[in-house]
Amino acid sequence: MFHAKKALCATGLCAAFLNPAHAATDIQWWYSMTGALSDRVLELADQFNKSQSDYRIVATYKGGYDEAMAAAIAAYRAGNAPNILQVFEVGTATMMHAKGAVVPVADLMKKAGESFDPSAYVPAVAGYYTSARGEMQSLPFNASTTVFYYNKDKFAKAGLDPEKPPVTWQDVVSAAAKLKASGERCAYTTGWQSWVHLESFSAWHNVEFASKGNGLGGLDTRLKFNSPLHVRHVENLANWIKQGYFNYGGRKSEPDAKFFSGECAMLTSSSATYANIAKNAKFKFAVAALPYYSDVPGAPQNTVLGGASLWAMSGKSADENKGVARFFKFLSQPEVQAKWHQDTNYLPTTKVAYDLTRKSDFYQKNPGTDIAVQQMIVKTTDKSRGIRLGNFVQIRNIIDEELENVWSGKKTAKEALDAAVKRGDEQLVRFEKANR
Amino acid sequence: MEKRARYKSAWLPFVLVAPQLIVSVLFFFWPAVQALYQSVLLQDAFGSSVQFVWFENFEALWNDPSYLESFKTTAIFSVSVAVLGLTISLILAVFADRVVRGTAIYRTFLIWPYAVAPVVVGVLWMFLLSPTLGIIAHALRPLGIDWNHTLNGTHAMILIVIAAVWKQISYNFLFFLAGLQSIPKSLIEAAAIDGAGPVRRFFSIVFPLLSPTTFFLLVINIVYAFFDTFGIIEATTSGGPGKDTEILVFKVFTDGFKGGDLGSSAAQSVVLMFIVITLTVVQFRYVEKKVNYS
Repeated sequence: MFHAKKALCATGLCAAFLNPAHAATDIQWWYSMTGALSDRVLELADQFNKSQSDYRIVATYKGGYDEAMAAAIAAYRAGNAPNILQVFEVGTATMMHAKGAVVPVADLMKKAGESFDPSAYVPAVAGYYTSARGEMQSLPFNASTTVFYYNKDKFAKAGLDPEKPPVTWQDVVSAAAKLKASGERCAYTTGWQSWVHLESFSAWHNVEFASKGNGLGGLDTRLKFNSPLHVRHVENLANWIKQGYFNYGGRKSEPDAKFFSGECAMLTSSSATYANIAKNAKFKFAVAALPYYSDVPGAPQNTVLGGASLWAMSGKSADENKGVARFFKFLSQPEVQAKWHQDTNYLPTTKVAYDLTRKSDFYQKNPGTDIAVQQMIVKTTDKSRGIRLGNFVQIRNIIDEELENVWSGKKTAKEALDAAVKRGDEQLVRFEKANR
Repeated sequence: MEKRARYKSAWLPFVLVAPQLIVSVLFFFWPAVQALYQSVLLQDAFGSSVQFVWFENFEALWNDPSYLESFKTTAIFSVSVAVLGLTISLILAVFADRVVRGTAIYRTFLIWPYAVAPVVVGVLWMFLLSPTLGIIAHALRPLGIDWNHTLNGTHAMILIVIAAVWKQISYNFLFFLAGLQSIPKSLIEAAAIDGAGPVRRFFSIVFPLLSPTTFFLLVINIVYAFFDTFGIIEATTSGGPGKDTEILVFKVFTDGFKGGDLGSSAAQSVVLMFIVITLTVVQFRYVEKKVNYS
């Protein structure tokens, strides 16, 4: 008897076995970008998936940077980590010293047989993610830096030239005085106070934030940001609060809203804020380089990185690691990099991508988007390659607390910075012991 | 007469209790044992290098003056939340009890805030009291109060106390109202006939008879102030300005999950556990003696 159903099943099974198609290997990528940036990330994954059929990147939003990192740590301890994790810059030391938890990018690419040229990357960007032995540990992905924004309309109203931004901190004070005289309640505010006024400030003036090349040279680094220059700067800021020039708005990106809502005329914050400002500001604004003290020799040098990089987690099969390596290669292609830089305003991580963008008319059409790049595409010194400290999240917290003590008048600048250095060093000692 | 329920089968009671037991073990005992274990270890975030360090984590805590400061902050915060919460909700319950028309409306509105999550409550009050945009902050300015909770520690503490109390009032109100309704009306009427005014009636009759409810709510409010207010602080002040609103449970979270220092975080949560156990034991030993169960 002819059993139609059985025949069909048999045919189907045979077809399945005869079909040589092998399913693409899934590569899990945990990222922390939201809104329009998340769309760009998903586009990148999609582009890669369409360009080849061996591997499939599955990009998942896992919450903010600290949440995603905590989730990854828990997943790793349970044996379930993702292949690629986006980690913010302050988590770099934790990732780097996690024995055996990550595969350094340089190793990954070599084992997978992909070519990899570390010198193609912008030194100020790649240096941050490179070990003391010169091995790149993670792939720079979205790098930002500290820049200065100002409200051109308010400048014009106060009698200042809107096309000539303040270049030194002395210029900022005289601009603030004129703005206050013209009736502004808030001349200047800052986001990310630790990053802007201590970390980037140090590199910009070519002074140490921490010993051993800002921590890049070893775990026995200790903090140095209570030097006379740093104390002078924080004292100045405290005085400006008293004079009504500087309004404190919060520790992270909350003060950005004070600028694009039109409340404050000048803002120092991340270059990645550009998109938000462009979207919300109902006035003419411009981007300029971070101000500096002209009487400090060596200033301006370069500013310090923010943002995140991509880490390859260990414990995965060789095939999956190959997929990760291919994806990293894809991300470093000049066209992909240039498009990412132009779409998101993050820094281009390779010099070629920067050249590509420069040759197009992108910077002319979007004035100010090249300021961040110019601050970073320079030869770095041993004090300006970046800051990499253990327990950096706690140290930033400590700095935020002590600075708030200065703004509220509870401590002088010197007391606060000394206390911050002392408390921060305890965190560094603890990290050193825990990562022996 | 024995009031115990008797089961004919030997295993049915255990089966019925098992789900609750499983939940308690999974969500309380197991994490507590893990925390005790991790508090004597010094490890990196990924657990790849683990060292047994006896009580070094605890020593580091005692030597940290800011940790001792946060004890003071937590004490001020929990006492304020408990006292304010209980007082305001008791007053509201007494009023709601006396209302004749529209009782359902008053009770519904007074109970709604309990459904709001702590984080949302925090964000809500942060918007109302925002130095830049808040309508309450705006209204305070002509009164001469320059409200800025990002710079002024007292303002920040007031903000989180208000947010925490606002949410807890509903919970307390529910219990107080139920407690008030269980007081026999005959006692109050008898006192009224004897010439006692409303205030006298309240303190002599109502308040003592409410003492089981008040005691229960006191324990619950203290535990709430110690643990459940984490969301409010995270959404509003993040422990700032300086360390002025950093309560103990907040420091446990930031050290463990933002800083990756699981040893110190576990040590802190062990300390916190012992504090709350001690407080509860004290409450049961001394305060319960004064409670009259009818």
